[in-house]
Amino acid sequence: MRAVTALIAGLLFGGGLLLSGMTNPAVVLAFLDVSGHWNPALAFTMTGAIAVAMPAFLYVRRGSRTLRGEPVTLPNRTRIDATLVTGSTVFGIGWGLSGICPGPGIIILAGGSVQAFVFVAAMAAGMLASPWLGQLTRRLAPVVTTAKT
Amino acid sequence: MAMASNWLYALAGGLLIGGGAALLLLLNGKLAGISGIAADVLRGSDGGGAWRIAFLLGLVTPALIFGLRDVEFAGGPGWLATSGLLVGLGTQIGSGCTSGHGVCGLSNLSARSLVATLTFMTAAVLTIFVVRQGLPA
Repeated sequence: MRAVTALIAGLLFGGGLLLSGMTNPAVVLAFLDVSGHWNPALAFTMTGAIAVAMPAFLYVRRGSRTLRGEPVTLPNRTRIDATLVTGSTVFGIGWGLSGICPGPGIIILAGGSVQAFVFVAAMAAGMLASPWLGQLTRRLAPVVTTAKT
Repeated sequence: MAMASNWLYALAGGLLIGGGAALLLLLNGKLAGISGIAADVLRGSDGGGAWRIAFLLGLVTPALIFGLRDVEFAGGPGWLATSGLLVGLGTQIGSGCTSGHGVCGLSNLSARSLVATLTFMTAAVLTIFVVRQGLPA
């Protein structure tokens, strides 16, 4: 049952990304490229998505329960730190290079192109490598600090 | 005309995306953060995660049924591999992407997600600017 509702949610989400134009990297880049022939249409996608999702979040936030009555814990992390900003910057640079973010990346695999496969394989590698990178930076941080002093 | 219909498709798509996120939250109690879901599937982190695979399957299905329209890539395999690697690393370090922070986080009125969204939007805008116009002299 849980899998069925998740499947339906995925269908809506994927159908929405397809309809919005976000599965064409050129459309996304035209939205991000404010210096060129700027195409602001995707601002409507974000606004529309939030307009529908927000009432659901407010509902669950108030009762802390799903419609099935099961308890929900929404993320309530409030820390705005260097990790959040660094990660988001790295993601933004990657997104700005290709116009592909994770959702559309997975969807364009359906086209079976080499480019889509290369993007998703590299993204998967990055996801799997990130804990390892975190360990490496923690290990290198004292070295860098020592070198500075 | 084409312009007006683009805006309509963009809006209609957004409403569907929001509907998917709302449904997953209201019925499953889960956030539709795609980078997080994908990473959890890759790591095989928990046993009760069949919903994640079902969600991702649902995500690709419309494209399999209706077909992808244009998919115009910005570069060759090397360019896309670089982009993909940064997207994979960045979304894990920053705990979210366009869906997790941009759609779910903002809907949840999270200041953390607002900062993340403004950061990745700005970084993406500056990146495509530099790629197309070069660094300002």
